[in-house]
Amino acid sequence: MKNLFIISAVFILFLKCGFLFGKEITVCSECGIKTIKEALDISQDGDRIIIKSGYYREHDLKAEKSVEIIGESFPVIDIDSQGNGFILTKENSSVSGLIIKNMSASYVKDLAAIKIENTSKCKVLNNQLLNTFFSIYLANSRECVISGNTITGNAVTETSSGNGIHLWKCRDIIIENNRVSGQRDGIYLEFVISSLIRNNLSEHNLRYGLHFMYSDSNAYRNNTFISNGAGVAVMYSHYIEMTENHFYHNWGAASYGLLLKDITRSRIYKNLISENTTGIYMESCDKIIITENEFSGNGWALKIMGNCSDNILSKNNFSENTFDIASNSSRNKNFYSENYWDKYDGYDLNKDGTGDIPYRPVSLYSMMLEKIPDSIILLRSFIVDLIDITEKAMPVFIPETLADENPRMHKYQYDKN
Amino acid sequence: MSIKILKYIFIELVRSRFIIFYGIFLFVLSSAVIYIGHDPSKAVVTMLNLVLFIIPLVSLIFGTIHFYNSGEFIELLLTQPVDRRSVFTAEYLGIAFSLSLAFAAGTGIPLVFFGFTFPVFLLIITGVVLTFIFVSLAFLSSVMNNDKVKGIGLSVMIWLFMSVIFDGIIFIILFVFSDYPLEKFILIFTSLNPVDLSRILILLQLNISALMGFTGALFRDYFGSTAGMVTAAILLICWMIIPGILSMKIFSKKNF
Amino acid sequence: MIKTEKIVKKYGKIEVLKSIDIDLGEGQVAGLMGPNGSGKSTLLKSVLGLVIPDSGNIFVNGVSIKNKFDYRKFIGYMPQIANYPENLKVRELFKIVKDIRSDKSKYDYELFENFGLGEIENKYFGQLSGGYKQRVTASIAFLFEPEILILDEPTSSLDPVSTEILKDKIIKSGSEGRLVVICSHLVSEINEMADRLIYLIDGKILFNDRIKNLINGSGETLGKSIKKIIQNKIGSDEHKNS
Repeated sequence: MKNLFIISAVFILFLKCGFLFGKEITVCSECGIKTIKEALDISQDGDRIIIKSGYYREHDLKAEKSVEIIGESFPVIDIDSQGNGFILTKENSSVSGLIIKNMSASYVKDLAAIKIENTSKCKVLNNQLLNTFFSIYLANSRECVISGNTITGNAVTETSSGNGIHLWKCRDIIIENNRVSGQRDGIYLEFVISSLIRNNLSEHNLRYGLHFMYSDSNAYRNNTFISNGAGVAVMYSHYIEMTENHFYHNWGAASYGLLLKDITRSRIYKNLISENTTGIYMESCDKIIITENEFSGNGWALKIMGNCSDNILSKNNFSENTFDIASNSSRNKNFYSENYWDKYDGYDLNKDGTGDIPYRPVSLYSMMLEKIPDSIILLRSFIVDLIDITEKAMPVFIPETLADENPRMHKYQYDKN
Repeated sequence: MSIKILKYIFIELVRSRFIIFYGIFLFVLSSAVIYIGHDPSKAVVTMLNLVLFIIPLVSLIFGTIHFYNSGEFIELLLTQPVDRRSVFTAEYLGIAFSLSLAFAAGTGIPLVFFGFTFPVFLLIITGVVLTFIFVSLAFLSSVMNNDKVKGIGLSVMIWLFMSVIFDGIIFIILFVFSDYPLEKFILIFTSLNPVDLSRILILLQLNISALMGFTGALFRDYFGSTAGMVTAAILLICWMIIPGILSMKIFSKKNF
Repeated sequence: MIKTEKIVKKYGKIEVLKSIDIDLGEGQVAGLMGPNGSGKSTLLKSVLGLVIPDSGNIFVNGVSIKNKFDYRKFIGYMPQIANYPENLKVRELFKIVKDIRSDKSKYDYELFENFGLGEIENKYFGQLSGGYKQRVTASIAFLFEPEILILDEPTSSLDPVSTEILKDKIIKSGSEGRLVVICSHLVSEINEMADRLIYLIDGKILFNDRIKNLINGSGETLGKSIKKIIQNKIGSDEHKNS
């Protein structure tokens, strides 16, 4: 134990002085080394490149050694529409403390401000990326950390813009504490496994705040997704954990708080889903557990298509949504239990907190809307009330089984962490 | 001349049990809605449903009954050296003003006390406009029928048509022609009904998430634009003025 | 003062007034009689402008009343029924008509005072008895010292004392040179106040003559004379027709 302590102390000492693990290369306008390119050319594995505050008009900076690239007082790297920014290809490399800006879009190449390819254990920390195409781009890499970056794009169209944080064929990645706005997708994952996405803010992106494709066994927690074109999309993936995220204000024709397509065996827990056109949209989803979420002020809290089955919806709060549940099918293969529905008008004679008659969360009008979207023009008209009251009194169209047999009388007070 | 007569008709109506009851009823109702809802915008949505239901009904029925009950008073006024149009205007404005006052006070005081937002303002304005529209329709049905029962019957029919049957027709059109792109047509058709038009105008102000979908976006584009707003205002004013002028014309030639 | 030329009024297919000609001058008290539905009310309402005749002309003080309303300042009208808005105060009703006739500043409060209306001035119409309502309408009719007075069944719901007060006022008005037209069912009342009688049947004037001439010194009551004349006229009409 004592030996271990001594070894660690020596290790830290060496790290500090940089003797054994490489030298320190300083870049500045008055220094001997004036460009980053020059510094990278002379660097060896384990070197640190300190970039002093200043303005550097450079691009396609390839780091083929294991180097730490560190900005002091945020030096500005102006790519000036000339290709990529940094490209890291060796493990244990890192980029931090830089401002990288001004890229142009490419329709042929995936140009990125910071690219990490075919390597592992790299870090991208505390950078500010302004007006970039793809901002942070990881391909075929593992065990990397992307943390504390601020990405501010000015995307106009989907084809001429790139994703904020883009991962392709990666595993064991941590993406945390980043802020992404104005990109195509805020965070994009394709063929990514066992990664964690937490504490990020993704807002005002053209398409999705977060987008999963064919990425299994990942988790995202404590993220906030605001006013993205179409919300968050999780597609063709399994074993996804979605916890304590805030999906807010995703408004538009094809907009969702959360879009789930071909998802199985996943868990949606303790999220706040508020003021979206559609809170959660589910298509071809099986065995998803949706529990302790707060759905409020959405147009439709949940749309479950007929090809979904064995999903469990329990202990959620539904309040102030125009419609609670909508479905295009007259058959129900999902389970609803112990939710709080603010539209429930039943009673609780034995005072156990559970309503004595079931709650039917699908209204006839909401089913009509699925078939004839134009009938939204009659929203909140007297005739719609008449139709819904009639259907409630004499159910004909709505599946008998689509009901919460144990609706809660009072709103759940979830403890917020 | 109308103003001198109007003043007393208005005072007389404000003293009437019905107007007082109407005001208190709305006051209690909106206070209750706010108390339960806690949120002014949610309260406006709930109030909107009540307003769209109650105002046309009350304005039509009360306007019609009042017109018939005022028969002898109107006759007395008409034997004085005064123009028939002045008497008509005074009667019309007297009812419209007193019903509007009861509505604005009953609904407005609790809502404004709770938080004066643009939708609240719009709700009150719309309520007043609807009152004027339906009093003018009430007068039309009154001057068209010498028989009180027939007049009230026609007023009830007008209410039923505007509030239920018209929307039913829209539903049927939507169902039958669901394969055709009907958005524009339905939009224009719906805005011909003052009740529907008021409903849509206010809903669009409330940022209802359900209206942010594709069709909703179309409606917002239309009514959100200046041209749409102006069109809506013109339509509502037409609903106020055309039945009013028509009934004034009939009134001017009527035999008492 | 009031002159009508061939006035015709139809309600649907029913001809209510069939070419009526009358000419009434100042200082007359004229009684208008006839069975129900004979067109008395329609005739009076035509003069008042409440009913618009299909054809013919009406002149008040020599001027045609067609499409005019100003001439009504010469007329005081007392309707038979007076159910005015129940939350209107008596004082306010007076105020309304005074406001309308703002060109007048001198009022005749004789009836108002003799009827004791000061006591109920602040009451609502809804609280008044039928008798009081009629007293109010009578005082309004005389309030502006009109040259022409049109009274429809003026004593129908008045108590005997008020009836006498009103009768005196009517007779006095006639002698002051006003034209008073009284529509009534009561022969005695007409006999007492009127100097002329116009009798309508079926939308036509059966006779229009001074009461003196109708009785024609026969010593019979006015009622009997009227009956005789009606029988004669209708009988002769039938004779003529056959």
